[in-house]
Amino acid sequence: MSAISGTQAELLVHDSVVEHRRGFRHRWYRTPSFVAGLTILGIVVLAALAAPLITQHGPNDQDLLHTLQGSSSSHWLGTDDLGRDVWSRLVYGARADLHIAFLAVVLPFIIGTLVGLLAGYYGGLTDTFASFFVNIVVAFPFYVLVIALVFALGSGSRNIYIAITIVGWVSYTRIIRGEVLVAKRKDYMLAAKSGGLSDFRILFRHLLPNVITQSVIYACSDIVLDILAIVTLGYLGLGVQPPTPDWGNMIASGQTYLTTHWQLATFPGIAVVFTALGLALLADGLADLLRPE
Amino acid sequence: MTLGQYVGRRLLQMIPVVFGVTVLVFFMIHLVPGDPARTVLGIQATPARVALVRHSWGLDKPLYVQYWKFMGRIAHGNLGDSLFYGVSAGHLVLERLPVTLWLIVLSTILAVAISVPLAAIAAVKADRPTDHVIRAVPLVGLGFPPFFLGIVLLLLFGLHFGRPFPVGGYGNGFFGHLRSMFLPALTVALVLTPILIRSLRASLLEVLESEYVTTARSKGLSEKRVLRKHALRNAVISMVSVLGVNIGFLVGGTLVIEQVFALPGIGQLMINSIFQRDFPVVQAVTLVFAIMVVLVYLFTDIAHALLDPRVRFD
Repeated sequence: MSAISGTQAELLVHDSVVEHRRGFRHRWYRTPSFVAGLTILGIVVLAALAAPLITQHGPNDQDLLHTLQGSSSSHWLGTDDLGRDVWSRLVYGARADLHIAFLAVVLPFIIGTLVGLLAGYYGGLTDTFASFFVNIVVAFPFYVLVIALVFALGSGSRNIYIAITIVGWVSYTRIIRGEVLVAKRKDYMLAAKSGGLSDFRILFRHLLPNVITQSVIYACSDIVLDILAIVTLGYLGLGVQPPTPDWGNMIASGQTYLTTHWQLATFPGIAVVFTALGLALLADGLADLLRPE
Repeated sequence: MTLGQYVGRRLLQMIPVVFGVTVLVFFMIHLVPGDPARTVLGIQATPARVALVRHSWGLDKPLYVQYWKFMGRIAHGNLGDSLFYGVSAGHLVLERLPVTLWLIVLSTILAVAISVPLAAIAAVKADRPTDHVIRAVPLVGLGFPPFFLGIVLLLLFGLHFGRPFPVGGYGNGFFGHLRSMFLPALTVALVLTPILIRSLRASLLEVLESEYVTTARSKGLSEKRVLRKHALRNAVISMVSVLGVNIGFLVGGTLVIEQVFALPGIGQLMINSIFQRDFPVVQAVTLVFAIMVVLVYLFTDIAHALLDPRVRFD
């Protein structure tokens, strides 16, 4: 008897998951914000991947005879104070920033979701312990802790995503913990429990597929925050180290020429805003699509 | 529960958090790969100098002894000595704290002044074009890195349009401060408004659909009066908690904005100290920032309990 109800519970989960996906397939192209976000992000990612094909100069090729030039057929967006091509630095900068942002969202996603799942499911001491760490990290302003950690660990892309991971997991834990607490009272969970399934099976086969949607939705807005953090670190001189181009350090060096060549700081800024807008729209659309009616 | 009991319980809950915060700030120094003293002093440092720094930081003692000493120092208000300036880190922080506090207060006021009316309009005109515009603008705003927004405002109002505001610095006297602080505060406020408008609009809508508002309307009160006397009052409660949650973000934002506008606050002190590898000062500023956020959370909870007695019985 108990085995039957266990299997039934799994079928129930399976059904609802499948329904989700079928709905997604039918509706994604009819959700304007999702399509717009996907298009914008697609353009940026494609440009980053095809960087060598769509640029005429290397991002670090200096031409000291032609510094601070306006746009021309050879330099589409002009050159910077060292005569480097702004367009190719912009495109190669997308490579560096997107790469780190992607890694900086994956680790907190996995760690935070897992901790939230365990804290919510087991409760008691596990929960108290997890909440203790969450409360400590939350006490620090995001930028202050990330900057302090990057200082302690040293700059460089690996340390940037380690620092962001240490700070970023808490949001996933909070979201998933709350979701698990609600899900625990649902019928399918009671069925799974009374069916005598192992904790491991309940956690990863029944609970996780039902709560992970919220993590995915949050991850999309989180990556916006991460890109902004990476660019900010670059701006402060703590992020991607020169000469590797990064939108943040491009804005910082352009700020010196704000009075005479405002475009040097503005182009990379527009690139950040454009990318972040794409991701925000994608997150908005995804939330619409995945949220059960 | 009386208000006094509630405040007492909240204060008790603060203890483990403050304890954890000090542990994290303390252990930051041990995250430095290899020997922190050598990393801080650089490769050129003589072994004698490294040994001296190790000793002065107590790095040659066991961890728990180090932490105990660290806590002892903090309890006496001593945050360590700056390696660069040669004075106490606490003194440096206190000297620059007013600038940062000014910035935080001014940006909070501006954020409220901008977002409350906009959220109210959006909620009253829900699902009409005005509402869509008010909701779409913040979506773009969310993608602006705070420092870039600062640069854009600097470009527009510091260098063009008759240059109404200075490009940086702290200014002299009350009005001087106010004038220099306006652009940085506006930047921080604008970064915060998208989030504020979103949550405020949602809570206002909830209030507008509640039964007592329907009752007020059915009594024949004018829509203006319903909004001012009935809806807004309750919306203020959620406003306070939304602000409290976001103040952590606001405090962190000042760190970067101070750098853009060359404001001599503790954020700038932190960034400068990072480049001077002045570890005690970085530690001190990080700690002060965290304490500020913990206190803000405390005050918002108390304000919330004052405005809404139901909170105390949860």
